[in-house]
Amino acid sequence: MISGITKKSIMDLVSSGQRLDGRGIDDFRKPKITRGVVKNASGSAMVELGKTRIIAGIKMSVGTPYPDKPNEGSIATMAELSPMAHPEFEAGPPSPAAIEVSRVVDRVIRESETLDFKQLCITPGEKIWLLNLDMYVLDMDGNLFDAGVLGFMSALQGVKFPKYEDEKVIWDETGDDLTLSGTPMAATFAKLNNKIVVDPTRTEEDLMDARLTIGLKDNDDICAMQKGGEGFFKPSEFDDMLERAKKHTNFLRGLVK
Amino acid sequence: MGDKPETLITDGVRLDGRKPKDMRALKIVAGFLENADGSCYLECGSTKVVAAVYGPRQVHPRHATLFDRALVRCKYDMAAFSTDGNRKRPGPDRRSREISKVSSEALSSVVFTEAYPRTAIDVFIEIIQADASTRVNGLTAASVALADAGIPMRDMLVALSFGKIYGTQDGKPAEVVAVDMDKPEDNWGLADVALAYMPNLERFVLCQMDGRLTHDEFRDGLEMIKKPAQELYKLQKEALRKKYKG
Repeated sequence: MISGITKKSIMDLVSSGQRLDGRGIDDFRKPKITRGVVKNASGSAMVELGKTRIIAGIKMSVGTPYPDKPNEGSIATMAELSPMAHPEFEAGPPSPAAIEVSRVVDRVIRESETLDFKQLCITPGEKIWLLNLDMYVLDMDGNLFDAGVLGFMSALQGVKFPKYEDEKVIWDETGDDLTLSGTPMAATFAKLNNKIVVDPTRTEEDLMDARLTIGLKDNDDICAMQKGGEGFFKPSEFDDMLERAKKHTNFLRGLVK
Repeated sequence: MGDKPETLITDGVRLDGRKPKDMRALKIVAGFLENADGSCYLECGSTKVVAAVYGPRQVHPRHATLFDRALVRCKYDMAAFSTDGNRKRPGPDRRSREISKVSSEALSSVVFTEAYPRTAIDVFIEIIQADASTRVNGLTAASVALADAGIPMRDMLVALSFGKIYGTQDGKPAEVVAVDMDKPEDNWGLADVALAYMPNLERFVLCQMDGRLTHDEFRDGLEMIKKPAQELYKLQKEALRKKYKG
């Protein structure tokens, strides 16, 4: 719930190109990335984006391949919107919002084809590596989509395969590096009072009419998109956001490379 | 699923004979069910969808009530027998929960929700036979069902997919943007975009994309769907007229 006075001040500010936290409508919060925060994970990163804080962790497990892709492993992405992160988050099975975050983050990474799933094959048709991408939201102040992609792309760098011998994983001995062919990034926009702001805070997300997440590859090709919220976008607004997304994803990519 | 075809489009002709701008054969019937306040049956090629609307009615659970507007809840579901190959485990999965969420949001923006505070408008979409583009066909049907239920709306909602498919043009490899993805195109195509659109107000209320598209290809797709969107809109109106004119 947001008080009427906060709502009014946000709407008034945004109509003159300003925001409650002092940013302009096209300013992305400068993320802070801390890698290797969980030594028991194959890869991990904590991302602080303003007051949003998430930990992205990667654990590998051995699975069986899909019958139609016998020599490919896979990724499985989950987002845990912990009740510690926000008073409106509740314990229990994943909410539609949590499912949406995890599926959109998954789509940006998967569809960019930065991960060649063939490198995750152990024995064709029998055993593959499954990369479990889990993000835990510790503090929620908006834009979990971009924070999630940033966290996982940071955590994926430097992941090494554990040894696998006689049907057993030897976690202490690592072998080859996981290969990434690119660094996809996402930029999320929110429409408030007919202005489009990048990297919305939680309050802005509560008040927004509509939201668009755009996933871009290194060459600026689009790899994923997701519209949310009960409002709408006009065709010209898509053009505006696509253009602005290039700059923001480039900025984020630069922090990880 | 079969093997990956060598080409999905050859000299502008798709595997099923369509051109890039062609929809599959469409059939829309308004008022398909007896009990629902509004309903619709829709066929797009071999994708078959039933949509039903109940409401405005009391909200259950009560705490979900919105005091300034109606709560629009959409439930998208695929029948256990709807898919090719294996039986689908019935009930909601992560995919259908996500689709239900974005579809609820899309339908909320087209309904004058402020006219019915403290009520629920429940929309049920059942995919009877799945041959790709099911979420958009579900939304097109849901829009007819809402109109059939007499719920005031800003515009109709037409939803359709476009994507990028590979093939050859004059013997050279080519990548082509095309509307209304069918199953092979959905499985093997290079990109897939689901859109829901208000045809008179030109507002987009659903946009989901995966695959690989340049910015220009995305813009081309937005342009390309305009004509088939009008065609869908016309069929929606005809279906509603048919029911109410007798």
